[in-house]
This record gives sequence, C-alpha cells and structure tokens, in this order.
Amino acid sequence: MSTLIEGLSIGSVYALIALGYTMVYGIAKMLNFAHGDIIMVGAYAVLTTMSLCGFPLVAILVAVVVCTLLGIAIEKVAYKPLRGASPLAVLITAIGVSYLLQGIAQLVYGSASRPVTIIDMGNVQIGNSAVRVSSIVTLVVGAILMVILTLFIKMTKTGRAMIAVSEDRGAAELMGINVNGIISITFAIGSALAAAASVCYLFQIPSATPTLGSMPGIKAFTAAVIGGIGSIPGAVIGGVLLGVIENVCKSTPLAPFTTSIEFGLLIVILLVKPTGILGKKRREKV
Amino acid sequence: MNDKIVLKTEHLGITFGGLKAAQDVNLNIKEKELYGLIGPNGAGKTTVFNMLTGVYKPTTGKFYLDGEDLTGKSEETINKKGIARTFQNIRLFNNMSVIRNVLVGLHNQPEFRCSPFESMLRFPRHFENEKAMRDKAKELLRIFGLEEERNNLACNLPYGKQRKLEIARALATNPKLLLLDEPAAGMNPNETEELMETVRKIRDEFNMTILLIEHDLKFVSGLCDEITVLNFGTVLAQGTAEEALNNPEVVKAYIGN
Amino acid sequence: MTAYFKNIKNGFKPKNYINYVVITLFLIISIISQPKTSTTTLLANMGFAIILAVSLNLVVGFLGELSLGHAGFMCIGAYIGTFISNQIFDAIGSKLVVLILTMIIGGLIAAIFGYIVGFSALRLKGDYLAIVTLAFGEIVRDICKNIPAFGGAMGLKNPHRYGNNLYIVAFVVALIMLILIQNLIRSKHGRAITAVRDNEIAAKAMGINVTYYKLFVFVLSSFFAGVAGVLYGSFNSIILYGDFSFNKSIEILVMVVLGGMGSINGSILAAALITFINTFLQSKLPGDLSALRLLVYALILMIVVIFNNAPALHKYKEKYSFSALFAKVYGKITDKFYAKHPEKKQARITDDSAAWNRVPSKIKMDEVLSTDILPDDKNNDTDTEDKRDE
Repeated sequence: MSTLIEGLSIGSVYALIALGYTMVYGIAKMLNFAHGDIIMVGAYAVLTTMSLCGFPLVAILVAVVVCTLLGIAIEKVAYKPLRGASPLAVLITAIGVSYLLQGIAQLVYGSASRPVTIIDMGNVQIGNSAVRVSSIVTLVVGAILMVILTLFIKMTKTGRAMIAVSEDRGAAELMGINVNGIISITFAIGSALAAAASVCYLFQIPSATPTLGSMPGIKAFTAAVIGGIGSIPGAVIGGVLLGVIENVCKSTPLAPFTTSIEFGLLIVILLVKPTGILGKKRREKV
Repeated sequence: MNDKIVLKTEHLGITFGGLKAAQDVNLNIKEKELYGLIGPNGAGKTTVFNMLTGVYKPTTGKFYLDGEDLTGKSEETINKKGIARTFQNIRLFNNMSVIRNVLVGLHNQPEFRCSPFESMLRFPRHFENEKAMRDKAKELLRIFGLEEERNNLACNLPYGKQRKLEIARALATNPKLLLLDEPAAGMNPNETEELMETVRKIRDEFNMTILLIEHDLKFVSGLCDEITVLNFGTVLAQGTAEEALNNPEVVKAYIGN
Repeated sequence: MTAYFKNIKNGFKPKNYINYVVITLFLIISIISQPKTSTTTLLANMGFAIILAVSLNLVVGFLGELSLGHAGFMCIGAYIGTFISNQIFDAIGSKLVVLILTMIIGGLIAAIFGYIVGFSALRLKGDYLAIVTLAFGEIVRDICKNIPAFGGAMGLKNPHRYGNNLYIVAFVVALIMLILIQNLIRSKHGRAITAVRDNEIAAKAMGINVTYYKLFVFVLSSFFAGVAGVLYGSFNSIILYGDFSFNKSIEILVMVVLGGMGSINGSILAAALITFINTFLQSKLPGDLSALRLLVYALILMIVVIFNNAPALHKYKEKYSFSALFAKVYGKITDKFYAKHPEKKQARITDDSAAWNRVPSKIKMDEVLSTDILPDDKNNDTDTEDKRDE
C-alpha cells in the first residue's frame, strides 16, 4: 500500500514535469532539454528563500516566480533565434542551456548536496501501513494543477490559441495569433509547473544538488513519451505509471537495474509505438 | 511506338482511414509512350505516383513493370527495378553541387558497383568508377544544359533549372519508366514550352516511357499520346488527349455544370 | 600494386592529405622530444578525443542524426577490453599484441551494439533518436556497474596498464581511422550518406539503400568509439562506470559542434583544443570551480550553434565565421598569386562544395591548394570529388 502511494506521489511529480515537456513539445515543437534543470533552479530558489525568511509559502511563491521568469528568459535568449533552424541545432542549444544552469548552480551553491526542509508533515496511518503526509499532498497538488491546466487550455482564449499554434503555426499566425507570445506563455506555464514539481520533489527528497533535475527530467520525458507526447492527459497517465513502476521495481530484487528498466521501457515504447498511449500520428507528406 | 506494355496497373487503390484516395486505377502504358495523368486538385494523382514508387503500399490491386509484380515493394527496390520519379515540390539535395546530385542518382548502376570497404581502402576499382561516374554525370548534365553550373550548389539554381536537374537525376538511375510530378508547376509559358521540348527529347534520346501529372491542359494535350483523367480517386476517362478532354464527365469535373 | 599507387597519384590532391601529414609530424615531434609523464597523458587523451570526436562526427555531421550515447560505446570498449586483457594477458605476455587484440574485439562488440542502436535510427529521427541514444548510454553504464565480473560499483581493475607510450598507439589508431573515414566520405558511399542526411525521401527515390547506410554509419562510428574505449581502459589502472556518463557524451559532442559538424579537420582541432583546456583547467580549478568547465562547454554549444544556425544571423555568419575569414585570407593570397602567374588561373579548380550548413561562402577556398593540377587542355577537368564537406 505504501509502495503504491509513494509511487503515485513520485509519479505525480513526474507528471507535473512531463506536462511541461509535453506542452513545449506540442506547441514549440522542440525538446526542451533544460526543463529538468528548471526544477533544480526551483529547488535552490526554495533553499535560498527558506534560509532568508523561513516562510514556506513565500519560498514556494518565489520558486514559482523565479522559474517562470527563467523559462521565459531561456526561450527568448536561446530558442527564439533558432526558430526555423534545424531541430538538431535547437536540441544541441537546449543541452547547452541545461549545462549552463547546472554550471551556474554549482558555482553558486557548490556541488555538494544541501538539505532543504520545507515542512515536515509526518506520517499518517492508512490501513496498516504508514504513509507520508507529503506524498498525499503531492498527489493532491498534482491532481489539482492538472485539472486547472486542462480547464485553462479548453476554456480560455489563450488556451485555444495554444491548440491552434500546435496544430499549424503558420495558419495560426495568419489568423492573427501572436505565435511568439503564445510560445512564451507556454514556456512560462511549463516552467511554473516545473516550480510546483520542484516543491513536490523536495517534499519527497529534501535535498538540493546541481544535477537534481537531470534524472527526473529524463524520467519525465519518458513519462511524456509513454503517454504520447503533446497530450496532456497522456503526460499524467505516463507520469503516474512510471512512478508506480519505479517504486515497484525498487521493492523487487531487480532494484539495482531500476534505471535500466525505465530507460529500456522508454526505448521499447519509442520503437514500438513512438506516438505513445494517447498521441497522434504525423507523417511527412511526399 | 510499339505495343509492348511497360507499366500495367490492375485495380490499383488505396484507402486512408476510410477515405478512398484512389481506387480501381487501371493503366496500360506502352513503351516510349508519353502518358498524362490529369485531374482537379485532390483527385489522387500524386497518390497514384506514391503507390507506383513505393511510398504508399496499395491496399488493393497490383502493378507490374515489364510484367514483374512490384506491388508493395520498398522505394529503393522499385527504383532499382526501373521506376524513377521527380517530386511536385522539388526535392533536390540542396547542400550538394549539381553534379553530385546526378552522381547520387548513378549510385546503383551495376557498372559502378564498389563496396564501402573497397572505397575505404582505395582499391583501383574506386578510382575507375569515380572517373566513369563523373563522365556519365557530365554527359547527362550536358543534355540538360546544366554542364556549366555543375559545381554550383543545387539550391542556388533558378527554379526551371532545378526542375531540369531533378529530371536529370531521375534519369541517372537508368529507369524504364519516368514519372514526372507536375513538371511545369510554377513555370511561365516560355519555360513550359521549353520543358515540352525537353520531355520530348528525353523520350526520343533515351527511348523513355514517361508518365506525367499535370494541371496545364494545354501542356498535356500538346504533349501526351494518351491520358487518364482522375477525379475523387476514380478514373473519369481514358484515351487520346482529344477523346478524354472532350468527355462530358471531364468537362463537368473541371468546369462544373 | 603499381596500379594502386598510380591511381593514388592520379587522384592526388595535397589538401586531402594535409591532415595526415600534420598528425604524423606532430607524433614524430612528440616522440623525439621525449615528453614528461604529464605530457604523455595529455597526448594520449588527445588521441582518444580525436578518435571519439571524428567517429561521432560521422553520425552527427554526415548522417545528420544526433547521438547522445557515444560514451556508452566507449564504456563497452573499455570494460570489454580490460576484462579480456585481464584474462589473456598471462597467456600472451606482449602488451602491444594484447592491446591490438582487445582493440579489435572491443571495437567489434561495440559495433554490435552500434548495429542495435542503428536499428532504432531506422524508425526514429531527430529528438526521439537522440533520447534513445541517451537512454542506451545510461543503460550500458548501469549494467556495467552491476555486473560482478566487471567489479561492480568499485570499478574494474587493470593491472596491466600499457604505460606512457600509449599515446603513440592512440595516434597511430587515430591516423588509420582518419584515412578510412576520409576515404569513405570521399567516395560514392559518402555521397549516399550525405544524400540521406539532406533529403531522405529523395535519397530513397534515387534507390539509395537508406537502411544499409544508416546501419553502416552507426556500426563504423561505434566501432571506433569502442576502440577508443579499449585504449582509454588500457591507459588507466581502474575503469569506473562514472567515466562514461552523459557528460562524457556531451564533451564529445562539444568537440564536434565546435569543430563544425561535417568537418573532420575541425573535429580533430577541437578535440585537441578541448582536451588541452580540460587538462589545463583541471589542474588550475579546485573543487567547485570545476563548474567553470561546464560553463565553457555550455557557452560553446549555445554560441556556436546559435551563430551557425539562427536565420537572423546568416549575414553576420557569412562575414565573420571562421570559414569566411579563412576564405577572405585565401582569396587575397590567390589574387596575389594569380597576379604573378596569370597562366595558372586557367587551371584553377572550382570547388564542388557541399557544406553541411546551408549558406555557402562565396570565395572558393581550395583554389590555392589545388593549382598543382597541370593546365593541360584535355585534362582541364574542373571537377574535384573532394569538396569542403569532409
């Protein structure tokens, strides 16, 4: 039972990160390799604010603001000049951004792991197993944010513009949609979600390192692919699924190979069904 | 013209998720014939081309080249068996020089066979082949009047010459049947006129059988021996240019009631 | 045999062989100067880096697919090579023979994995393929870490270190690889590979066997990465799975990007330069300041790629990029040369250029170097197979 809840909660962290990946991939058509490192920045933002004032709520707010601004800045500086360039160039630049963020974090905070405690919420007894309250909070927060995001995209004008841009950028531009603006908003939302993810991540593992974002980032990408990249419900399903698989793996003798199993899953899904569970198929027109 | 049939399609058809993009297409193209495939936008002309070159696998029917069934074969195999094509939206190797584009077309010619290991270790065959390939490529470019530009990048050629280069590249694969997808698209009347000459020249000099897609009815009726009119994926009319274009169904499809 | 040399002589163009000469001279000078241990370490690392960078460039620059798992092939080579060397060393005894044997075996096993990864390249492209290669690299590392025979997390011990002279072997291997890869690129197969990169659909329509060439490139590239791994393994007294992390793959990628994708000479120079900077920074930057290295990598990747690819910067690129500057200088030299020898101008070779990046520089760089071809009227054959894209 506790394995399942833990799996679900780490899964919802993955889902939150995967949402960012999926939105950016769906709308800007690029793999934002630096997305995982935005989580790391969020974690350090929490660390710094907590050590300065000590109010968890302020810390969370600061993390969200910092990550959102950072997301927009990265998009403007690194990705916008490359609009229309080859995907290879964009991907390499994204890797560069990821390295840049890691390098700066290491220079400022050092490579050693730093403890970050937001709130210690203790355990609660469900059935006959102890479950961390933070896990349940993560699960609930994740679920709420996903519902809000889905409503935002379905109900608001901006959300519909996003769908239009993801379908056909050129046509959307001709219809008077500010494509650059929409892409910036996408990065902003994705990064804000990453901030939320970093807070939830710190609930689970209360320490920050400069490479904190890489692994969850790649795993969240796996989740986004499993669910079908570009699909919001897909990202949620993929994230939760991956979290559960990971935690179940860790409780079996296969534990040392958990990473291999997850990556293996990624490869198999990409090869067998690259569109994932809920993704759409695209083919190049001849 | 003799009566030997080069390409024969039998009830060729394809469906995309319920949409019948082409169905029951029967063509009989004779040797050295200039055959036109026309029809309004979305009639399924390019779809037929894509089936004939292996990009799409037909869901029904078969097609034969010189009596050999090529249905469902891969693009590479079909090209090696003798069907070469050009593309509606030009697809040259833009970052390569003009002559290299043609050299890529010559890649599979049996007389130029040379394994990667022979090339890596610079066996004599490598040098002989490279020289022979170059001569052949230059000869092809000369026919198309592109010899002067052979060291320019393909993307820097003017539009009309890019079209010609694409045809030259297709011919380099030594096909039995050449498919031209809207060769006159985007050309002005003078260029179109010149292109008609070129197509005739190809047929005569290379003894080539040519199947072409075109919108320009004047181009088709002036050039083709026989045409097939497609509409909504089905054959409306077949016959000589005059017969087909005067068919009331065809007039209806093009002009409306 | 004489025919063989005659052919080489006929197709001889000095600029194609300059890099061989430079590397050979570099090696000879190094041997003569009897370097210190620290210098031999640097030289050996340069040798590995050149092999890795050029072999990665084959995939990234010429096939046009991003591989983020190059360190994975190196990892296979290092572990397999050292493991086999430990088994057979006592039976053979000669360090060099063992090294050559393990290089072949390690390279071949890495090539088998390259074949497997190449299969995914048949179904996937771009971002997705990059992620698969990344995942592959991590899986390889994770598995090597957990195999008891490979020493587990403690690392695989190598009691038979080759010693300081390994740099000679590394450079000889690099030279052999260079000859093979350049010959491949400057042949009909190289044309086919770049055709697949430029336009896969058109390449298929021209009857190019895309499957074959993709697999071939991946196999060849991973073979040499495996060989580099074996060399790396034989140079160190312990093989740690941490040496082959994603960061290593990125380091190799930085070399390729800095040198210019699709430029073999660029890769060689960048590999040497980055290895040098690395070694230099390592001794100067203690602890967390080593993050500066990450920053340098990051900035190189971002600045070089944005500068080379941003549509808005094309006009600056034509003015200020290295190749444009070179072309300018060469242009000036050529003008002076032709002013003195106007008769040679007829014999100049126009460049059959096929740059990876779309914007061609207008001045032809190879004019000076190619004037050795006789201005014979019959032989005034202005095509050169050897273009700028190697």
